[in-house]
Amino acid sequence: MIDLKTLTIEKAHQAFASGEFTCRQLAEEYLKVINDKNAEMVAYIEVFDDVLAQADEAQKRFADNTATLLTGIPFAVKDNILIKGRVASAGSKILENYVATYDSTVIKALKDAGSVFMGRTNMDEFAMGSSTQTSYYGPSRNPVDPSRVPGGSSGGSAVAVAGDMSLVSLGTDTCGSVREPASFCGLVGLKPTYGSLSRQGIIAMGNSLDQVAPFSKTVRDSEIIFNALSKHDKEDSTSVPDALRVTKNKPGSKRIGVPWHLFKEGVDEVVAENFKQTIEKLKADGHEIVDIELPFCKYSLEVYYIIMPAEVSTNLSRFDGIRYGLSEDAENLRDVYKKSRGAGFGEEVRRRILLGTYVLSHGYYDAYYNKAIKLREKIKQEILKAFDEVDLIATPTTPITAFKLGEKMDDPVAMYLCDIFSAPANLSGVPSLAVPSGETKDGLPLSIQFMAPHFSESSLFEIGKKIESLR
Amino acid sequence: MEALAELARIDLSEEEKHKILKDMGGILEYVKQIEKIETNDVEVEYTLYNAWREDETGEDRDFSKDSIIAQFPDKHDNFLKVKKIL
Repeated sequence: MIDLKTLTIEKAHQAFASGEFTCRQLAEEYLKVINDKNAEMVAYIEVFDDVLAQADEAQKRFADNTATLLTGIPFAVKDNILIKGRVASAGSKILENYVATYDSTVIKALKDAGSVFMGRTNMDEFAMGSSTQTSYYGPSRNPVDPSRVPGGSSGGSAVAVAGDMSLVSLGTDTCGSVREPASFCGLVGLKPTYGSLSRQGIIAMGNSLDQVAPFSKTVRDSEIIFNALSKHDKEDSTSVPDALRVTKNKPGSKRIGVPWHLFKEGVDEVVAENFKQTIEKLKADGHEIVDIELPFCKYSLEVYYIIMPAEVSTNLSRFDGIRYGLSEDAENLRDVYKKSRGAGFGEEVRRRILLGTYVLSHGYYDAYYNKAIKLREKIKQEILKAFDEVDLIATPTTPITAFKLGEKMDDPVAMYLCDIFSAPANLSGVPSLAVPSGETKDGLPLSIQFMAPHFSESSLFEIGKKIESLR
Repeated sequence: MEALAELARIDLSEEEKHKILKDMGGILEYVKQIEKIETNDVEVEYTLYNAWREDETGEDRDFSKDSIIAQFPDKHDNFLKVKKIL
């Protein structure tokens, strides 16, 4: 019996190398749990039929000594990341049977390393949501308490790792879609610097905001995955060239800025208390805690909910029933579009497309979109200026703990507020790490979030590991 | 709402039109808050980097033409077929 609860990438690698267990045996253990729990928890929309064959291939690399850290490591992959020959549906009916015609760059990198893809995970439709309840395939459940949501939009990927149905997983984070589920499920979630991981082959939602983002149980595992995937990709014109990837990080104790004014209200008592305690532990450990002010960051969510729908309305215009995906028959071309999109998109998706169309339309463009762009720049400048004074910015990851399934579905804005601390990092492109920081007395996970300057993920990993040791 | 649905090429039922109108009202109320914030002094300074490449197909581009063609909803020989435009 392999102890899946405490397994890490390095422990698995050691075990493979020493022969303690094989890649196949590990994959089989996860498949057993999947068999037991996936029907209820819905981590996976589809478990791949060749998992064991992939594992056997990986095993060969241990035989001929070409294995690396990620060889044979099971990954669950979010349904919006293309794997050639596999269905990628972005949690939507409109792509229900769409088969990816190429590998995304991050998948290619993992294939080269010999990782094992367990299956594609459930997600809010087109990554629009914070609870994985808008998926065409039904909601996912939080392994910590199945009556509660796992968070979203990368809920399935979180459930896979938290529920011991995979060792690690990939999601995407556009405004907290990995950090928020990480918070709700007690996992480590990293949103890398915008432009560090390739977006080629990632079904786009907000292309100035999206990043592939890993889930893991430990900070070290997140670091390993980041190091393997953080590379310039000439196929992605937003991918940052190597020469420009300059870090500000200096190892050692950190100056940590806390914008207390941002969570004077609107944050659950238990979350605020845990955050304060965690900050105290860091102070006792020798890190300097600095009060900072981020006045424009207060408007991050409003800015996000103008810019993102605008980008969404453009990015989703390609789903038109013409070249692939759901296609409804009609008399003329315009009706093919309208009927296919009408039949294929769910409620939240329609809402956001229409919102985006509105804010970009003549007469409203300046009031909404242009204003939001300017405010976004102010938010970015404010954060970068803060990094002149401090090395890291700390906040709670989410203002609340995991809520019950069905809650917040009637009020879109209430749902959006779950991401209030996530937005600044996506708007400014800086990397951000969510780390478990404790539990409520009912066992619900609590989480602290750090932001660092562009390309200073090493700083995040340092502080994250410190949090793990102080817990 | 109907004009937006037309622009976005999405068929909406009557009921949906009302519901989305109501939802959008709520969302717009929320995001409208930024209207009153002063941003006129923002200078967006970008250090531009040219990411363009030569227009060549390259050897390492790997996609499946067969899979693409197989997924056309309607086709004639290997061509994508669409409704009459003119």
